[in-house]
Amino acid sequence: MFDSNKEKPMEKILSMQGITKRFPGVLANDHINFEAYKGEIVSLLGENGAGKTTLMKILYGMYSKDEGEIYIKGKKVEINSPKDAIDNGIGMVHQHFTLVNPFSVTENIILGLPGEKATIDLEEAKNKIKEYMDRYGLHVDPDAKIWQISVGEKQRVEILKVLFRNAEIIILDEPTAVLTPQEVDELFKTLKILREEGKTIIFISHKLYEVLEISDRIVVLRTGRVVGETTPDKTSRRELAKMMVGKEVIEIISEEPPELGEEIFKVENLSAMSDRGYLALKNISFTVSSGEILGVAGVAGNGQKELEDVISGVRKPVDGRVVLLDKEITGKSPKEIIEMGVGRIPEDRMEAGLILDIPLYENLVVEYFDKPPFSKGLFLNYKEIKSYAEKLVKEFDIRTPHVNVITRTLSGGNLQKVILARVISREPKFLIASQPTRGLDVGAAEYIHERLLEERAKGCAILLISEDLDEIINLSDRIMVLYEGEIMGFVNRGELPKEEIGLMMTGTRKEALSEIS
Amino acid sequence: MKEILTVGFFIGLLSATLRMATPLILATLGETFCERAGILNLGIEGTMLFGALAAFLTTYFTGNLWLGIIAAIISGILFGLLMGVFSVSLGLSQHVSGLGITLLATGLSLFTYRQIIGSPKVPPTIQTFKTLSIPGLSSIPILGPILFDQYILTYIAIILVPIASYVLFKTRFGLSLRAVGENPEAADAVGINVFKTRYIALMIAGGLMGFAGSFFTLAHFNMFLYGMVGGRGWVSIALVIFANWNPTKVLWGALLFGGVDALQLRLQAIGFNIPYQLFLIMPYLLTIIVLILVARNASYPGSLLKPYRRE
Amino acid sequence: MRFPKFRLEKRPSPPTWLRIAIPFIAIGISFLFSAIIILLAGRNPISAFYAIFYGALGTRLGFMETLVKATPLILTGIAVSLAFTAKFWNIGAEGQLYAGALAATWLGISHFSLPSPIYIFLMIVVGFIAGSLWALIPGFLKARFKVDDVVTTLLMNYIMIYMVSAILEGPWRDPVTSWPQSIMIAKNAEYPKLFARSRVHFGLIVSIIAIIVVYVIIKHTKLGFRIRATGANAKAAYFLGINTIKTIILTAVISGGIAGLAGVGEVAGLHFHLTENISPGYGYSGIVIAMLGGLHPIGVMLAAFFFGIIITGAEYMSRATGVTSFIADVIQGITLLVMLAMLLLYEYRIRRVE
Repeated sequence: MFDSNKEKPMEKILSMQGITKRFPGVLANDHINFEAYKGEIVSLLGENGAGKTTLMKILYGMYSKDEGEIYIKGKKVEINSPKDAIDNGIGMVHQHFTLVNPFSVTENIILGLPGEKATIDLEEAKNKIKEYMDRYGLHVDPDAKIWQISVGEKQRVEILKVLFRNAEIIILDEPTAVLTPQEVDELFKTLKILREEGKTIIFISHKLYEVLEISDRIVVLRTGRVVGETTPDKTSRRELAKMMVGKEVIEIISEEPPELGEEIFKVENLSAMSDRGYLALKNISFTVSSGEILGVAGVAGNGQKELEDVISGVRKPVDGRVVLLDKEITGKSPKEIIEMGVGRIPEDRMEAGLILDIPLYENLVVEYFDKPPFSKGLFLNYKEIKSYAEKLVKEFDIRTPHVNVITRTLSGGNLQKVILARVISREPKFLIASQPTRGLDVGAAEYIHERLLEERAKGCAILLISEDLDEIINLSDRIMVLYEGEIMGFVNRGELPKEEIGLMMTGTRKEALSEIS
Repeated sequence: MKEILTVGFFIGLLSATLRMATPLILATLGETFCERAGILNLGIEGTMLFGALAAFLTTYFTGNLWLGIIAAIISGILFGLLMGVFSVSLGLSQHVSGLGITLLATGLSLFTYRQIIGSPKVPPTIQTFKTLSIPGLSSIPILGPILFDQYILTYIAIILVPIASYVLFKTRFGLSLRAVGENPEAADAVGINVFKTRYIALMIAGGLMGFAGSFFTLAHFNMFLYGMVGGRGWVSIALVIFANWNPTKVLWGALLFGGVDALQLRLQAIGFNIPYQLFLIMPYLLTIIVLILVARNASYPGSLLKPYRRE
Repeated sequence: MRFPKFRLEKRPSPPTWLRIAIPFIAIGISFLFSAIIILLAGRNPISAFYAIFYGALGTRLGFMETLVKATPLILTGIAVSLAFTAKFWNIGAEGQLYAGALAATWLGISHFSLPSPIYIFLMIVVGFIAGSLWALIPGFLKARFKVDDVVTTLLMNYIMIYMVSAILEGPWRDPVTSWPQSIMIAKNAEYPKLFARSRVHFGLIVSIIAIIVVYVIIKHTKLGFRIRATGANAKAAYFLGINTIKTIILTAVISGGIAGLAGVGEVAGLHFHLTENISPGYGYSGIVIAMLGGLHPIGVMLAAFFFGIIITGAEYMSRATGVTSFIADVIQGITLLVMLAMLLLYEYRIRRVE
């Protein structure tokens, strides 16, 4: 393997051969061969569920492999736990940070490190950490507690943890998912420094333009297999996308709305607190009309969750109103909001949208079981409930042997269809859908999109919250960009290119866009 | 009534407070350790009773008090291990596992005592510890008899408080243990063995709980009675929350609850006209009030009650 | 410490036959462990177990006594079972039983002149309400303030038992014998006997009715659905429009009331006065029975009957062999733990990891 810039052979540091891993019902890794070299950034690219994280968790000892071998610097190794991985010079920065919130930055970095004395010397540790911070340009206050620092800073702590343990191979799992574009630039600067120092970076991502920007080499996975290996100068976004999904990516362009109807849903001067105690929504106002999809764009954590919570009835706002067709729904309970005709497809399928351990037919009626024909007086009418459930299963093509199964046994896409079926079959006048296709395969996602567009055609007003900017751009008639709880502006369909919207998502108001060079 | 207002009464009360607090300090320190690692151990009541029994029987047959204590500690460690099998290795409901262990340990205590000793008219007794007067210090007026004329077990319990604090907050083991209790995924990711750490925490907890039980038969009373522990294990559960999982605060909380216990006995002895049961109720009532007040603000260890499973 | 490495794999769909088999397997395993303990005590486990079953089922007298013991156990078992379904961990059935007994005694020793059916009806109502109220406090605290229900219900037990003790040693102390027990209740307040020459009383009917009522509630009513949903996932249930606070409080109230009925039965049907030891731990046994019965009304009834056998049989066994009757408490503790472990088998397959 030759590095095209420097003309000397690169040293192979990692070789994974024939790695196979099975989970119940799915072959996550299918005889994968993967190599990495010293002083390179290699990206593992693939859709959700392609097997990238599984492969790396096997390398890091968090999963056990069913078949295959791992060689580090030419020597075969057995990695059965993160400790083994760390001993072999492998470090991993996870998608969901593995930091202890009440502890300080220093305590998190030294956690689990062996030492001669049984006691901890925090001062000495702090000094050593400061050396690393200077060397790699990763600055955080060593005494700050984790719950106090920002997401970008938390990631820096995770990277410092890895470096502190003398990792030669550093795995980053979707590191930019929660970062602002500025923080992404900082991260890429750091990665380049690490590469110069001879570290090996394995960069897991599903974001094409980032992978093209930062990688020396790109390995594409699809359904557990390696389907392609290339370098940025030899490929394009379209080609990588084709490798990732296996077919031409067809974008759904929804048709022009027939006519925008009356104003159905209104939010006025809404402010709400987050769970952490800061103001997450700051005096926002917007409306959604009949037959319109208003998409809420923004990086996760800018108020979308709180907005969804307030509209769903599980969070009381500190100020402002929420109105549906002239009726106040501010501060009403979930039950009242359901009865007023609001359809909610929540972000959290397992802890809000569904009760997994009850039968499927009960989940299909759970929001309205107390009304006839499903119940009479004190008693439930299971015959009615089951026949209604069977009707929905057929209409929404929910894959299940019968309606009596325990809901948990359904696959991710079908679970989402259950929620969709339950909500849409009541013909809501207003629908709020949050991350509706997260984690779903392309087929399931397309189905959800189709049904949402159908509702729109019937005159439903839809508020679509999604971290997937492509989804927002494809489906929305209007886009509202949220940043730190404020609206940066409204963008009509086709009005602005994607990069401009991206700028708004990182804090630029629409009016100020022309000032940015 | 006027007997209460004498200095003698207060000295006796405070001295008794320290005595009654001893098993609470030990058991609560134990529970603090396992809860800090993420395990709520409801087996505490049964473990304490069996510890009392093990200590009694061992001393009864060997004549050696210290062997009794060792037996109590070992029995406690064994029940801690059992709790580990259920709540750590098998990841089962900590609530039900702990209750099961209390039921089992209590049943085994009753069974073993009755099977071995039978039901004689006069229950057997042993020679208990005597209180230890520290020469010189115990002659200080007022403070002397309160602080320096206690059982050796009491002195040990008090010394264990700063030791526990030190271990939890100043050692690497303590840091790892607290990490396991706050975020086991984070601990696992840096190579800490979550299961092993929790088992060790349970063994420390169990040993301390068994030790606490030995106080009843080897110091406080000189025989084994079925109702000896009398719900103090449950009081310890609340005390941990009351003390915000902090060993130093455990000491103060134990003294408070021990004080109420001691007061109740004294008022009974004086012949106060209020039924003594009202005072027996007080620790439980106090505990419930504490739970209500603290429930909102308690900083529970992050992973308390959640089993940890790795793929 | 080297433990065998094993991995738990969630079963896609647990088979029904396994669900029914598991309690029996659990009983078998706990008998095995108990046998080991009996052996360690130097006695013959086979003759001990034989004595238990013979004592409980072998004679008419024994069988009747088994039914007598099963009566309160069915009630505490179904009370706890209902609570656990909503994930309200009611460890306070013992205190709620005492509350019911206390209230029924108060009514009974007031010696009102009422015809028997009315008096008995009122005893039941008053006992139910007392048990309900005693469970309402921890239920409310859990529903509204998320205060831990395990500890609060447990502590409430001690408070109630001491209160009863204080009352029995004080105002209700029997003036004739001076013992800490109440005077006898009115003849018209007594439960009728069901069979001649036995102690089996009307409480058994009450228990069976309670089982049927709970069954209907859980399976056929809106409240039952809310209880199951709240127990399965309270957060999701709330999002989906279920008033989880009201549901938990209602569950606590019904559960406490049913446990209170167990207390009424012991006073009105068996002892006819209140003593400090009116319950040797029936409330706690209820927890084991609820688990063993898989939180299902029929399972609970069978489990309660099983425990009736163990408790009655152990009395006989301790006289016949040299094994103390406390073996029943040991069996109870082991059964709970084993049943808990068995539930794991129901949800997961155990795979060895090389």
